[in-house]
Amino acid sequence: MSDGTPHHILGYNTLIKVWLALLLLTALTVWVAHLNLAIGHVWGSLAIACLKSGLVIAFFMHMRYEGRLLRWLLFLTLTTLAIYIGLTFFDVLYR
Amino acid sequence: MNSAEPVERGFWNDTGTTGISSWIFSSDHKRIGLLYFYSTFGFFLVGVVLGLLLRIELMAPGRTIMGPQTYNALFTVHGVVMIFLFIIPGFQGSFGNLVMPIQIGARDVAFPRLNLFSWWLYMAGAVIILTSLVTGGGPPDTGWTFYVPFSARTGTNVSLAVFGVFIIGFSSILTGLNFVTTIHRLRAPGMSWDRLSLYVWSLYATAWVQILATPILAITLVLVMAERMLGTGLFDPAKGGDPLMYQHLFWIYSHPAVYIMILPAMGVVSDIIPVFSRKPIFGYKFIAFSSLAIAAFGSLVWGHHMFTSGMSDRAVMVFSFLTFIVAIPSAIKVFNWVSTLYKGSISLEAPMLFALSFIILFSIGGLSGLILGAAATDIHVHDTQFVVGHFHYVIFGGAGFAFFAAMHYWLPKFYGRRYAEKPAVMAWTLMFIGFNVMYFTMQVLGMRGMPRRYYDYLPEFARLNLVATIGSWILATGLIIMVVNLFRGLWWGPPFSGNPWGGATLEWSTPTPPPTENFLEEPTVTHGPYDFSALEREVIKTGEETA
Repeated sequence: MSDGTPHHILGYNTLIKVWLALLLLTALTVWVAHLNLAIGHVWGSLAIACLKSGLVIAFFMHMRYEGRLLRWLLFLTLTTLAIYIGLTFFDVLYR
Repeated sequence: MNSAEPVERGFWNDTGTTGISSWIFSSDHKRIGLLYFYSTFGFFLVGVVLGLLLRIELMAPGRTIMGPQTYNALFTVHGVVMIFLFIIPGFQGSFGNLVMPIQIGARDVAFPRLNLFSWWLYMAGAVIILTSLVTGGGPPDTGWTFYVPFSARTGTNVSLAVFGVFIIGFSSILTGLNFVTTIHRLRAPGMSWDRLSLYVWSLYATAWVQILATPILAITLVLVMAERMLGTGLFDPAKGGDPLMYQHLFWIYSHPAVYIMILPAMGVVSDIIPVFSRKPIFGYKFIAFSSLAIAAFGSLVWGHHMFTSGMSDRAVMVFSFLTFIVAIPSAIKVFNWVSTLYKGSISLEAPMLFALSFIILFSIGGLSGLILGAAATDIHVHDTQFVVGHFHYVIFGGAGFAFFAAMHYWLPKFYGRRYAEKPAVMAWTLMFIGFNVMYFTMQVLGMRGMPRRYYDYLPEFARLNLVATIGSWILATGLIIMVVNLFRGLWWGPPFSGNPWGGATLEWSTPTPPPTENFLEEPTVTHGPYDFSALEREVIKTGEETA
């Protein structure tokens, strides 16, 4: 469903570029794991993971070409998840 | 009119197949709604029997009819059956399916086959849960919360039971997706958001909770299975895990699940009260948005189940504060219902009696919830019978009584026959008295220190436990009268046609029972769901045209 927007078909070129970017980011995750960053490890890995999932959602799941409603619904879902994780870690942080 | 007269059969007649396959393979939302209704209500009756057995055991100190292990298994199965097999799928599956598409002027839900698949998933999950009772190490004995570390170690059949609940979770998610899509996409011309019935608003809010929270239950249950089968140590401090993490994950779903149970009940009450008060609802927008507010804020308060679990003090304060916030939209609803009743022309028929008792019982349950939401008092009554009493006031006195209200209000519409009024009122009276005798006594017992989930207790609690058990028998007597009267009426009672309650929502403008695709022609909505004056104008207009 696209809220009136016609279906968008992605070319192989774009798909391959995104795939290569994902592979590159995976390599980056491994490289970051070997750096001596203390707590920065977690933030670095989370940032790369967010970027990767963003690429998957935008291109493989076609969210980049969807209407505003679906984008808002996705935003709502991700925000909810972030709040769940945030409140849980708030407990762990001060325990 | 009498029962010998033929009645219109609507969707009951119109099918390409016959027999049971015309039901279990039907994609008609009304048939699926009835499938859900009979499945969930059947499990409710099973849960009632288990609950009565638990109360008989507690009638006197010491062993009465069962030992401690059986007691542990029975309260677990009672909880699992009532929560996962009755009240979570009950409202959305049965009355959501039966009524919502008609109330928005649609011919069916957005994904009819997915709707049927949801019911099949529900039944598959139910069969798996029932199988867990008689296979492996026997019925789970963890309580419906499946808390680790006990659920990871007990030899009873926890893995199969949580797998059953896992499957039912998918049924719930699919129903939620279906309802959100249906309400967004399939509204009839003229059915703007501010003309939706408050029942539809409540289903919409509930559907979002189902979509957003249920996946977390699913992953939590997978983790329990992994812990049991693979010894992953996710919740084991000796292996670097955290047992409190389980409680967080479980309650992130299971507290919002309380709103999956109660929000549609509030919607039913919001629909019934104006009809039987002959007054438009007071504060339509406030009630509609308070449903969304309850769904939103209710998703942030799960930590109040963990005040005594070793959570950080700061988190306790935050969750306690958030819990009090949820009371605001709940109170908005109660004030608006009471304001609707004010100076109304109140008709005390069975649906209204159940709806009114919802307000009273839910208010008692809600206020006792604030005692549990405040960290200081919660520490005193945590894990006592007070919690059991509070929970049943909200879920049975609230959602359960609203379910009975919906049964009396809407089922005649789908059967074309109605029940007898006097036995229905008698049943309600007995149930209301029995309910309060049982659960109020349990709250007092809890305040005095009687813990929950114990099959035995100190002698000083004996008298009140006897009173509570007698209350359960009064409640059960009322329930039996209600079930016999309602179903005898629906199958053999006098015809029910037209709009005898005088409802202004769209389902009362279709023939009774509704035809397969709900409307003889696509409706155009010209007035709000509680605009009774518009209804009167239509009746006058029809009368003039006929004359």
